[in-house]
Amino acid sequence: MLTISLTHYVVLSALLFSIGLFGVLTKRNAVAVLICIELMLNAVNINLVAFSKYITPLDFTGQIFSIFVITVAAAEVGVGLAIIIAIYRNRLTVDLDNFDWLKW
Amino acid sequence: MTPFDFSIPINPSALTLEMLVAALGLGILILGIISPKGARSGLGWVSFLGLMGIIGVAITMWGQSGELLAGMYLLDNYALFWKITFMVAAALVILGNMRYVDKVGNQAEYYSLTIFATLGMMVMASAGDLMTLYLGLELMTIAFVILVCLRKTDNKSVEAGMKYILLAGMSSAVLLYGLSLLYGLTGSVIMLDISRIIAMQPVSPALVLALVMIIAGLGFKISAVPFHMWSPDVYEGAPTPVTSFLSMGSKAASFAIILRLFITALPGVWENWAMVIAILAGITIIIGNLVAMPQTNIKRLLAYSSIAQAGYIMVGMVTASEAGIKGVMFYAFLYVFATAGAFTVAAYFYNVTGSDELKDYAGLSQRSPLMAAVMLVALLSMAGIPPLAGFVGKFYLFKTIVDGYLWLVFIGLIMSMVSVYYYLRVALVMYRDEPKDPSPINVSGPVTVTLILTMLVTLIIGIYPGPLSEVVNSAAHSFFLH
Repeated sequence: MLTISLTHYVVLSALLFSIGLFGVLTKRNAVAVLICIELMLNAVNINLVAFSKYITPLDFTGQIFSIFVITVAAAEVGVGLAIIIAIYRNRLTVDLDNFDWLKW
Repeated sequence: MTPFDFSIPINPSALTLEMLVAALGLGILILGIISPKGARSGLGWVSFLGLMGIIGVAITMWGQSGELLAGMYLLDNYALFWKITFMVAAALVILGNMRYVDKVGNQAEYYSLTIFATLGMMVMASAGDLMTLYLGLELMTIAFVILVCLRKTDNKSVEAGMKYILLAGMSSAVLLYGLSLLYGLTGSVIMLDISRIIAMQPVSPALVLALVMIIAGLGFKISAVPFHMWSPDVYEGAPTPVTSFLSMGSKAASFAIILRLFITALPGVWENWAMVIAILAGITIIIGNLVAMPQTNIKRLLAYSSIAQAGYIMVGMVTASEAGIKGVMFYAFLYVFATAGAFTVAAYFYNVTGSDELKDYAGLSQRSPLMAAVMLVALLSMAGIPPLAGFVGKFYLFKTIVDGYLWLVFIGLIMSMVSVYYYLRVALVMYRDEPKDPSPINVSGPVTVTLILTMLVTLIIGIYPGPLSEVVNSAAHSFFLH
């Protein structure tokens, strides 16, 4: 019978991270890019919690790390969305292709 | 010993500096809310004097050593030197740009966020584990993102902030993935434990992947090529005082944490990362200097020049030795003064003329001899012209790699000569060309003090580097005592 091992978690996390990275690099909508960054951070969280359970089962270092990551990610998204709203008010778009006032 | 053993007593006096800075930041925020609008320009003086007081406290703590929470927070001269450097940078930025900030408004937010960014940098300098590293880094980054969009009705400023937060978020995620792999391989987040465990393991592909991701994530923060694309845009779009603090504080703090992470936690796999860092340093020096040449906007020119400077500083990491650490700290300290000088001139010039274009600097030497002189000294110091501080700094950095990395020394030498071209182009425009508008520029009191201070420090360290060199020696020595 198939049991879930550390490898499964790590592969899942690697896939999630790759999807997120791909999205960040290809999406043209600022909100979608923020969501993809969240995917990458959640891949990290899966990694941390899985390592915590399988490699250091006696202490919770990885789980606590992942709580910090979640908290900071929330702050980051808060600032990110505020900026997107500010830029939408000025320019009426959130499409990254239009943000070319500064040379990329 | 696990990091969360709460039976270990914590000595709160070890965190005096961090607590004082946090209290100052919160105090400014509260003062900004309760004070009437006309009185808010006084907040600049409150934050400046507060920072100077805390720098005084920091100097009395010189020589402290120890660790908190089983190595999660390291206290030594190394961390203390960086903390003083960050606070000096913040104080210079605040002193030199009060009028600019008054013009933008939002004084309370500006000053308190500057101080919170400084707090983040200080946490980074002392971080002894991956969690503290990440928290300090994000505290600094998020404060900077908000500062970059401070002029929230200016499209360029908000656009720069958007680019900064998206790319900073991505680079943080990449860095974190690398850190999580490191934790998975060693079962610990404490740097001292990681170094012990890694030394016993063979080098696995997962470790190489972790190294690559950590270098990419942190390379973004120091804007090393090829992770530098964000910095010219953000530097140009951000309000000039923020650009100035971003280019000195954020970069110096990232170097502080890179040294700590690579030389404390990963010395066991030194041969795996030394060559990568050396190559990145070489590319960064070449691209930074070459692309700086055709720039016509002074902030973009300084942005590319600061990319090149980051390349020089990376050279000091390659050997992972005490001499290299010393070179990095020495160079970072004088880089703070040179950058503060150049950007204070740029900010004040923008304040008066509303322009960042190089061609408008024509005849600056006739309009304001002091501003032109400071700009000239700062740029020549960055170029590494002998009597100035930059020359001594580059000498310390490149001396460490003469054995084994001679090619990198040659790249550094040749590109330093190339850089003289675009630095002197600014000087030519300022001194040779006739001004279109010959009206003199009156420099206000605090700005004059900042400008003269940065110029004097750059000159004095260049002629008489002894005292700073000894301080840096002691700091670099304390790095290896844990």
